Amino acid sequence: MADTSESLPQGNLVEGDGLTDRLRAVLRLRPRKPSYLFYRHPIPVRVLHWVNAICLLVMLMTGLQIFNAHPSLYWGKSADFDHPILSMTAQGTADNFHGVTQIGPWTFHTDGVFGASDTDGVKTVRGFPAWATIPSASPDLALGRLWHFAFAWLIVINGLAYFAYVFWSGRFTRELLPTKADIADIPHEIVTHAKLQFPKGEAARHYNALQKISYFVVVFVLGPLIVLTGLTMSPTMDSAFHFLLWVFGGRQSARTIHFIVAFSFVGFFIIHMAALIASAPLNGLRSMITGWFAIEKDTKDA
Amino acid sequence: MPDGMLRRSFLGRGAAAVTTLALGGCTGIADAPWAINLLSEVENFTRRVQRLFAGSHALAPEFSKSDIAPVFRANGTLNPGTNDYAIHVSEGFKNWVIPVGGLVANPLRLSLADIRRFPARTQITRHDCVEGWSCIGQWTGAPLAHILALAKPKPEARYVVFYCADPMGSGDVDTQGNPIPPPFYYESLDLLEATHPQTILAYELNSQLLAVEHGAPIRLRAERQLGYKMAKYVQRIDLVDSFARIGGGRGGYWEDQGYAWYAGI
Repeated sequence: MADTSESLPQGNLVEGDGLTDRLRAVLRLRPRKPSYLFYRHPIPVRVLHWVNAICLLVMLMTGLQIFNAHPSLYWGKSADFDHPILSMTAQGTADNFHGVTQIGPWTFHTDGVFGASDTDGVKTVRGFPAWATIPSASPDLALGRLWHFAFAWLIVINGLAYFAYVFWSGRFTRELLPTKADIADIPHEIVTHAKLQFPKGEAARHYNALQKISYFVVVFVLGPLIVLTGLTMSPTMDSAFHFLLWVFGGRQSARTIHFIVAFSFVGFFIIHMAALIASAPLNGLRSMITGWFAIEKDTKDA
Repeated sequence: MPDGMLRRSFLGRGAAAVTTLALGGCTGIADAPWAINLLSEVENFTRRVQRLFAGSHALAPEFSKSDIAPVFRANGTLNPGTNDYAIHVSEGFKNWVIPVGGLVANPLRLSLADIRRFPARTQITRHDCVEGWSCIGQWTGAPLAHILALAKPKPEARYVVFYCADPMGSGDVDTQGNPIPPPFYYESLDLLEATHPQTILAYELNSQLLAVEHGAPIRLRAERQLGYKMAKYVQRIDLVDSFARIGGGRGGYWEDQGYAWYAGI
């Protein structure tokens, strides 16, 4: 498929009439250099991105509701109840308790957030707090499961549509697959990212090495991993595909990996947002909504 | 309209839509009846797809003796606590009789001695609780398929309903203040799951007669399903064409509280 981003003219100059420019004026920031708009994200990418964003949020929050039904993680085929890898529990008496989180040999006082927190103003024993779960009341395992398994279909179909699109359109090799030059560039990219210097001008037309690697890992490693570990928790799927248990080392290991991958997505989201805010928040957000990304004209181009 | 205006309204509407969906999911929509109906249809779809892969044949994984948990976790009802049940315990369940009736050509009345005389199956399987934990134990019992074959289900029979001896909760009072007895636990399987080779009426756990906390004297094992399907204290078995008029009409005690009837996931 032809990618319009390559064929569109570069002359679409933005001269101080955009939202970013007005904000810059209010915030007394230096005026932008002359820039042109570049069609960065074709519509399938934008639609799939936002459907995925909503699905991920629902999957995470319903997943935390499900986790709250037994807020402990184990390793292996079955649960070694006395030795969880992680647990969020309450200590104390029925009238006076506080939340604690245990990770391996360490125990943390996490009252009010993990282990015990307020539900509608009443202190409750619960793994994750009301603001983090769908539905917010806990326990509501039945509803949490109903939502989680329905949105699982949606996020998987959306993900497969994305795979189909990026491979069919050539976007995978053109924009996502790290090149040799990208790999060689990693040390330099780490330094510039640490200094919060982001690519400008022509370099901003393509994903940089760290972007490519993080998108690649999230989409092609973490995505399939969370789906497969999810299926491994299903007793009927284990009956159909015994190898799933072998791959993940048992149902409880699969549950733990599922949880770790879910929080890897949260970690990715935080970095994704930090990078957006630190680079060009409105320009980046606009490009994922309208498709258009403003690129500053390099002085050497002019 | 200037370019900037168009873009701004786009951003604003996009952000508003995302926020509405996210917050709506947390409060109003999550338990709205239309949403639950819609999601329940998805649940039916999930069942069909899982059955496509697992069919009637796929066996739940079986484990080795070294995998057996030192203490099998007991969950749900730990003792039915009724006078009738206490009498059965004191008699060693020698008068416990399970009628198999409903849509069958040959109704049965099975004593424990009858059930123990049937061909037995022993399996070391993983018990998966809907809460998320798992526990491995060795179960011995009579395949339900054998019992159903003796009872000869009629062509219109579609589900096997298990009525249990444990009352759930302390009951309620109606609007006139008359006490309503608590519902007894019950569960149901369709014939595909009921006749699966690993679906047994178990009377032993880890080579010991079932303890009260594990559902003595008879507990259902349906190894491709979650724990709540595996009714304890099984007292009566009925074949039906629909469970719409039983209990809350959703096919089981936990189903009536909103849990999925299909518990393969």
